[in-house]
Amino acid sequence: MSLLPVKERAEARDGGAEPADSAVKPAGSTEPTDSAVKPAGSTEPTDSAVKPAGSTEPAASPSASAGKPTPAYREYLRGERRGRWLVIVSRIALLVALLALWELAARQKWVDSMLTSKPSQLAASFRELALQGDLWKHTWTTGLETIVGIAVSMIAGTAIAVLFWWSTYASKVLEPYIVVLNALPKVALGPIFYIWLGDRYSVYGMAVAISIIVTIMMIENGFKELAKTKLRLMESFGATKLQMLRMVMLPASVPNFIATLKVNVGLTLVGVVMGEFLSSKAGLGYLIIYGGQVFQMNLVMVSVCMLALMSAVLYGVVNGIGRLLMRKYQDGR
Amino acid sequence: MTAAQIEMREVGLSYFTPKQETEALRDVRLTVRAGEFISIVGPSGCGKSTLLSLVSGMLKPTKGKVLIDGQEVTGTSPKVGYMLQQDHLFEWRDVYGNLLVGAEIRRMDRAKAERKAAELMERYGLGGFARHSPAQLSGGMRQRVALIRTLVAEPDILLLDEPFSALDFQTRLTLADEVHRIIREQGKTAILVTHDIPEAIAMADRVLVMSKRPSTISSEYEIRLKPEGEGGEGDGGTLTPWCKREAAGFQAYFNAIWKELEAHVVTSG
Ligand SMILES: Nc1ncnc2c1ncn2[C@@H]1O[C@H](COP(=O)(O)OP(=O)(O)OP(=O)(O)O)[C@@H](O)[C@H]1O
Ligand SMILES: [Mg+2]
Repeated sequence: MSLLPVKERAEARDGGAEPADSAVKPAGSTEPTDSAVKPAGSTEPTDSAVKPAGSTEPAASPSASAGKPTPAYREYLRGERRGRWLVIVSRIALLVALLALWELAARQKWVDSMLTSKPSQLAASFRELALQGDLWKHTWTTGLETIVGIAVSMIAGTAIAVLFWWSTYASKVLEPYIVVLNALPKVALGPIFYIWLGDRYSVYGMAVAISIIVTIMMIENGFKELAKTKLRLMESFGATKLQMLRMVMLPASVPNFIATLKVNVGLTLVGVVMGEFLSSKAGLGYLIIYGGQVFQMNLVMVSVCMLALMSAVLYGVVNGIGRLLMRKYQDGR
Repeated sequence: MTAAQIEMREVGLSYFTPKQETEALRDVRLTVRAGEFISIVGPSGCGKSTLLSLVSGMLKPTKGKVLIDGQEVTGTSPKVGYMLQQDHLFEWRDVYGNLLVGAEIRRMDRAKAERKAAELMERYGLGGFARHSPAQLSGGMRQRVALIRTLVAEPDILLLDEPFSALDFQTRLTLADEVHRIIREQGKTAILVTHDIPEAIAMADRVLVMSKRPSTISSEYEIRLKPEGEGGEGDGGTLTPWCKREAAGFQAYFNAIWKELEAHVVTSG
């Protein structure tokens, strides 16, 4: 009975109809986007969102109802699909409309195109920059910095969260420091990073500084929740800390990891661009600052568009990884 | 008569939190022989789960001593299988994976554990659900998975904390019979905590009644029932729970325990 609805719901959610999702979640929100997977500790499979149409016997034959969907269920699926398409089409239409309006406003001199630039001009300078090859070089630099930054803060952040779980003493001692570091505006550290790490590596410093604290806090939060519930079972079997880590903490934190990863994409990009603003000689952040200084609106706009594109791609990749992990997580081992 | 396998000597336990201390158990004395089946009943919150946690080694007594096979309990031991009140199934593993958790932690022979898990699943009506995720099971099915998970680890002593509470009445009675049989066959020692007085009488050789908090064991009923229609003193151990429910003296035990519990519940309210 529940086999099909659960699967279907997962797909329905994964279909991309999640407009509010790209917003950066505040630290401590652990919930993954896929609500099909219950957080650890919830016990009842309440299928309130999806009605198991027509099926009556839960225990008798779980695969029977999956064989031939009833007309009502098919109708429901069709409705879902239609809704999904409508959202996608509307998104594209909105983008086109905005671009058209922009172009029109610039051409009709409603606004000063010196200040606002316009889409056609942007396309032209994009082509120019792309042909020179410079744009790719800068995009690649920023992209690499972001990916490395995310990887470093995820790995180091998880390691520190594990340490905090392992030693309650350490976590208690260090807690106020973490809170203060979290509140500290990381830009203030820019000059320090520059002097310590040089113009290239200070960007990494900034990126990691911005995202690692939130990573630690989010992952640690998830750990604490688990410690109250699932670990009691492990304890009853006499599990060692290492076994608890391997069998419970890490696998149960998968949804939390994904949520953290999504937050990290946004934060790390902020860190990277900020780092480039402050010190770098390459990257999209550098390009934007440079374009602003020589008053080349086109250069600035193209770079900003590239940044937007890059964050979309990164977000998509993270989403894909998340879905892959989630599927593994859902199907057991 | 075999020697005591579980012994609690004047055990007291208080929970300490920064705000207050809660005295859950006071002066609990208990001896359980090897192969014996004990039931514990008592008002909610009196410390039944606490008592099981003490025997399992997950809690240390504030006062007194807990001994298993003559040795003081200092931590969890592979001899003891504790089925917790909550099922704590792992959502990231399928049912089969969940059943093997205990065996995995204790590094037992995997093939053997797998065979045992498969057999028990079949017997407890979970055949065909091996690859399901726990989210796809009902509350009663989850409880059965938790029970099998405990049995797969092959403990000598079974601590069962309300193992049948989420089951429908039919399944409850049949499963009780089944579990009783397994425990008897393999000569395991068992402590069962339940709120169901008939179940406590039907399953056990002895029923212990606990008083309200700070609680202690207020009385003990040795269950001696003979099969219906036969004369002479019966030995409770040989009867199935089902038969015991129909035996002549059953109602008398029920009434006695009911009266006693009523007094505890009323005064604790
Ligand atoms: N971790 C804890 N910290 C503080 N107090 C606790 C803790 N666990 C239990 N207690 C207290 O100890 C008492 C006994 O709890 P316990 O869980 O053993 O009761 P119980 O007899 O199993 O109840 P029930 O039948 O409802 O399961 C309760 O009053 C409870 O408030
Ligand atoms: Mg309890």
